[in-house]
Amino acid sequence: MLEDKDRIFQNLYGDNGIDVESSKLRGDWVDTKEICSKGKNWIIDEIKSSELRGRGGAGFPTGLKWSFAPKEITKPHYLVINADESEPGTCKDRDILRFEPQKLIEGCLIASYAVGAHKCYIYIRGEYFNEGQNLQKSINEAYEKKLIGKNACGTGWDLDIYIHYGAGAYICGEETALLESIEGNKGQPRLKPPFPALIGLYGCPTIVNNVETIAVVPTILRKGAKWFAGLGRPKNTGTKIFCISGNVNKPCNVEEEMGVSLKELIEKHAGGVVGGWENLKAVIPGGSSMPMLPKETCDTIKMDFDSLVEQKSGLGTAGIIVINQDQDIIACMARIARFYKHESCGQCTPCREGSGWMWRMLERMKNNEASREEIEMLEDVTKQIEGHTICAFGEGSSWPVQGLLRHFKKEIIKRNNFNPLVNTNKNIPYLVDQHLLDKENA
Amino acid sequence: MLKLKINDKEIEVEEGLTVLQACEAAGVEIPRFCYHERLSIAGNCRMCLVEMEKSPKPIASCAMPATDGMNIKTNTPLVEKARKGVMEFLLVNHPLDCPVCDQGGECDLQDQSMYYGLDKSRFKENKRYVSDKYMGPLIKTQMTRCIHCTRCIRFATEVAGVPELGAIGRGEDMQITTYLEKAMESELSANVVDLCPVGALTSKPYVFEARPWELKKTETIDVMDAVGSNIRVDSYGWEVKRVLPRNNDDINEEWISDKTRYACDGLKNQRLDTPYVKIDDQFKKITWKEAYDILTKKIANVLPDKIAGLTGDLTDMETMYIVKEFFEKTIKSPNLDCRSDHIYVDNSNRSNYIFNPTLNGIEQSDLVVIIGANPRFEATILNSRIRKSYLNNNLQIFSYGDVGNLTYPYKILPNDTSEIKSLVDGDSQLSKKIISAKKPIVILGQSFFKIKSAQTLFDQLNNFLKSNGKINNEWNSIGVISNHSATVGAYDLDLINNESSRNITLDKIQNNTNEILFLFGQDNLNFTKKNEFVVYIGTHGDKGAEMSDLILPGAAYTEKESHYTNLEGKLQKTYKASYPPGDALEDWEIVNKLSELIKRKKLFKNKNELIDSMINYLKLKKDKGSNTLEKSKNEFVNEKIAISEMDYYYSNVIARASKTMSECKNSLLKLMKTGTDG
Amino acid sequence: MSIKKISKYQPEKFEFNENNLKISKEIISKYPEGKQKSAVMSLLYLVQNQNQNWIPLAAMKYIAKLLHMPYIKVYEVATFYSMYNLTPVGKYFYQVCTTTPCMLRGAYKLVEACKEKISKNENEISEDGNCSWVEVECLGACVNAPMIQINENYYEDLSKDKLLKIIDETKNGKQPKPGSYKGRFNSAPETERTTLNNLKNA
Repeated sequence: MLEDKDRIFQNLYGDNGIDVESSKLRGDWVDTKEICSKGKNWIIDEIKSSELRGRGGAGFPTGLKWSFAPKEITKPHYLVINADESEPGTCKDRDILRFEPQKLIEGCLIASYAVGAHKCYIYIRGEYFNEGQNLQKSINEAYEKKLIGKNACGTGWDLDIYIHYGAGAYICGEETALLESIEGNKGQPRLKPPFPALIGLYGCPTIVNNVETIAVVPTILRKGAKWFAGLGRPKNTGTKIFCISGNVNKPCNVEEEMGVSLKELIEKHAGGVVGGWENLKAVIPGGSSMPMLPKETCDTIKMDFDSLVEQKSGLGTAGIIVINQDQDIIACMARIARFYKHESCGQCTPCREGSGWMWRMLERMKNNEASREEIEMLEDVTKQIEGHTICAFGEGSSWPVQGLLRHFKKEIIKRNNFNPLVNTNKNIPYLVDQHLLDKENA
Repeated sequence: MLKLKINDKEIEVEEGLTVLQACEAAGVEIPRFCYHERLSIAGNCRMCLVEMEKSPKPIASCAMPATDGMNIKTNTPLVEKARKGVMEFLLVNHPLDCPVCDQGGECDLQDQSMYYGLDKSRFKENKRYVSDKYMGPLIKTQMTRCIHCTRCIRFATEVAGVPELGAIGRGEDMQITTYLEKAMESELSANVVDLCPVGALTSKPYVFEARPWELKKTETIDVMDAVGSNIRVDSYGWEVKRVLPRNNDDINEEWISDKTRYACDGLKNQRLDTPYVKIDDQFKKITWKEAYDILTKKIANVLPDKIAGLTGDLTDMETMYIVKEFFEKTIKSPNLDCRSDHIYVDNSNRSNYIFNPTLNGIEQSDLVVIIGANPRFEATILNSRIRKSYLNNNLQIFSYGDVGNLTYPYKILPNDTSEIKSLVDGDSQLSKKIISAKKPIVILGQSFFKIKSAQTLFDQLNNFLKSNGKINNEWNSIGVISNHSATVGAYDLDLINNESSRNITLDKIQNNTNEILFLFGQDNLNFTKKNEFVVYIGTHGDKGAEMSDLILPGAAYTEKESHYTNLEGKLQKTYKASYPPGDALEDWEIVNKLSELIKRKKLFKNKNELIDSMINYLKLKKDKGSNTLEKSKNEFVNEKIAISEMDYYYSNVIARASKTMSECKNSLLKLMKTGTDG
Repeated sequence: MSIKKISKYQPEKFEFNENNLKISKEIISKYPEGKQKSAVMSLLYLVQNQNQNWIPLAAMKYIAKLLHMPYIKVYEVATFYSMYNLTPVGKYFYQVCTTTPCMLRGAYKLVEACKEKISKNENEISEDGNCSWVEVECLGACVNAPMIQINENYYEDLSKDKLLKIIDETKNGKQPKPGSYKGRFNSAPETERTTLNNLKNA
């Protein structure tokens, strides 16, 4: 188990104050000027050698991303912090915003300096209104103490940080949709290329990073890339905040070493599965977009990017959703499919039409009212969405369904042998047009 | 040049192309719905997915720039699967109502599902229903059919410059609408009907009229304004059912104005289909023989100098040419003109009355100065080019006088002649801007040529531009916007009777010195009739016919082969999509017959001879070059340039006879009354 | 997400009050010149704040004019994001998260509570006019599931009984205390936490 001294977020649970003075006690802001004085290249190289990978879900190497920012500055550069935490099962950024705001602000300064940005926007999901207000207070305090603003922290670098609130759209967590949203449009992802590092916010070079990614940067630079790379295993280094929710006795957030075993996280930190480990049915290891793991895999799996990919899943945001035997696994996934249907931006065809179709099929399967051939068809539909969309939402919505089919197809088959559906039962309520139902309710 | 491989075939393409365009260059067809070469790239339909080497996922070829060494495959199982998948998704919520859909037979979705679709539906859920939206009198909506390609939104925002269409909601419930279902306030609105790849947006006036395969398609040109848009006329028997745009990169690209498209039902209404004579203020049907008898007798008893003639807004060049011959040779009267008002023109040099920079030239221009014109209504297509140039080249635009929303921002200057004077004297700020601009355009509208000092200012403007090198062999900054399709042709054919730069034919008419007055499709004349015998030769029972004593029915632009010259000076030809109604004849035949009856000799043996002679006349004029007429000393007068408000939907006889145009006008009036804010 | 309904009741006019006008100017100043459109989301939220938690059409126009945007663009934004209410809602606006992590811990029991005490259907204002409820997607407090949001505040670790009590309080016009209803410390394990023990009061 990770020792407390190696935990980056010492105030994860909000035990202590969040003001600058208290944060300094935890090591924030102590030698920011010295760090920056080592130069942009040093910072980027150090982050590269720490092998820090993005904490927002995709796991892209952060140092590499920063190095894409043009070296010659012809247009203003922007740093955008993605705090649109909406992935079901994930609530880590909220705690950073609430309890470690100075880590984030300091990270913003260092990252802005490294990528040549004088303006930083923090995109917070609209529901985190109180968290945003608190962060604004912390930003104001940082301005007062001259940690940001003109000649921030004595580094000679000017930095302004602004908060931009979302308003309830999961898709805005996708980086280009987020940029569209800041520009005052609907949050619909952009076509890539061009990538935001070259043409991003207002057509200018923009680096978009997750809250957790930026908040760990100062500590890495302070304790050294070696220290960070020494935790976990190569390419899967450092620590990570895991959110353990669902059917566990004590759901919680916990910062652990990369590569910690799933069983340890659940049994030790989260008080075990409700009804005991044997009562475990499946675990969604990285937020709702990641395919689930059956119990056999959960017994041994290590929680890092590459180990999970080997199991055809992914670390994602490290939001662990534990599902035990008392739950109807199809209902759980039908609910996730409903989430994706609700959150699809509607821009491109496969996701717009496919996400609703998957949900409706799963609803039927939940009620044992699907025909056998439809189970194969459902798989086909997920394949037709995956990889054919503008953004990764296509994968996000089809992977969980694929995960269900991969591990629990037998169960679905057992429950669904309806055939042919329409001939036997003409008044199945969910076959009634959803839109008409909505109309009546509104 | 870029080298890339498409389906293992090496191909070289220009830089800046997309993969889709490169595939087209290689002769490989890529299915698509959202992509349109004249709109921005949306990449949302996902139909154009192709396989690219080194990419794990198929890529959207419409959005991917072609790069050197790419290896593209469009015929692999992966691509086929992707296309089938996307097609299935497009169809799951698309109603299968093709038999009652107006798009049937020319529907992209229908066509492409033949190639890429599955043979049966696997979708067992209920299909989505979307309520229909009101989008004005021209566009019928059936939004359940919408496949969310957003072409219409992009067109409205980018080309039409009226960001009134949008997609509200999200996910599968996204809906295309205007703000609170207001009519689209654009003269280009109906182009969204052509752009819509499915039957979501169809043509309201054409609803359930015909199937595309039943129609006779005639490629011809439009005469509703002086732009000369290229169109296709679809007719069923005599009736013109609809007008569609035809691609011409030099003129209208792919767009046409709503008037061009929908005034065609005016061809059915108020038509003159037989000769009439007015007896005791009542029109009486007569035969052609009777009509000719009456007319020849009249002419025989009148001195040639007492006969005058005016041609109209829509008169084709053949008619004008034969009328000119008729006046010169048959009745020997000088009193013929094409202008129904006092408007200055020096037609000795063609560059004085055409749009010299050409429509394509607008896209190279860096500065546009508008004097006395409202290009949005006077030449809608030309205006859309200015907007295009504004979007792409950051074109700067100035206008003397506030002419309302032109769909692009412009700086307003006072519309006084004194301002123009200081411009041509090189004193104003704008003079300097013109001098420093590379390819400036000075747009002169007809309102400019109506002011008292038009000649003086025009000459001075010419000199100013010439002396600053803005009129040279490569570029001529003078861009005259003619309002009518007949204007430039008439000037080319010298249908002008000036004395000291004054339209003396009109003076004589208005002073009632004539005994016979011929109106060849002329419906704008302001005069109080006294004892004149007025002969109207034209198509519609409008103002001209009403005041006449004898009506001879002619043919409209879709009913004859004839020539028109557009405002840039391009000679174009219309083709016969239909035929004149009832006993009506082509206008040139009437004049020819009249000449035969008077002189015992036809002016021309047949139409070909007429055309040859006319072309020859134009050629001789061109070879002769400019011989500038003696300048009269026209003094400068300080006055306002009154920019005449154009009644866009009622600007000519065909439009005035059109029910659709009336509806458009009413809808616009309603919008103005409630305010677009309503 | 089904398309949002526009309220039949629409005030003729909307204008920011003096304070909000000041705030709106501050918001606009956060964005580069000429990019004032970026402020549209924040301003819509501000409208909602001023106008009993919903956005009338007049306000959309007002904002469009303020930011030099076409109406339809504001309308698009207002219908795209789920947090904008285009019809009146209760003074206490209950948003019940029912996405899988909350569902696993009994979120539908909370929906039952809302149905019993507030109104039978979503988006219906309770008879006393104080409350309305709606089912929403993940609110990002999954380790404190099941949870709801009332206006701006999160109420965590709930059960049906506890929610019924909260509803009673709001019906009586009282503002219930936000936070965990299990007496739990933020997102730490309920008891016997395994980490950050010795740093508790550092």
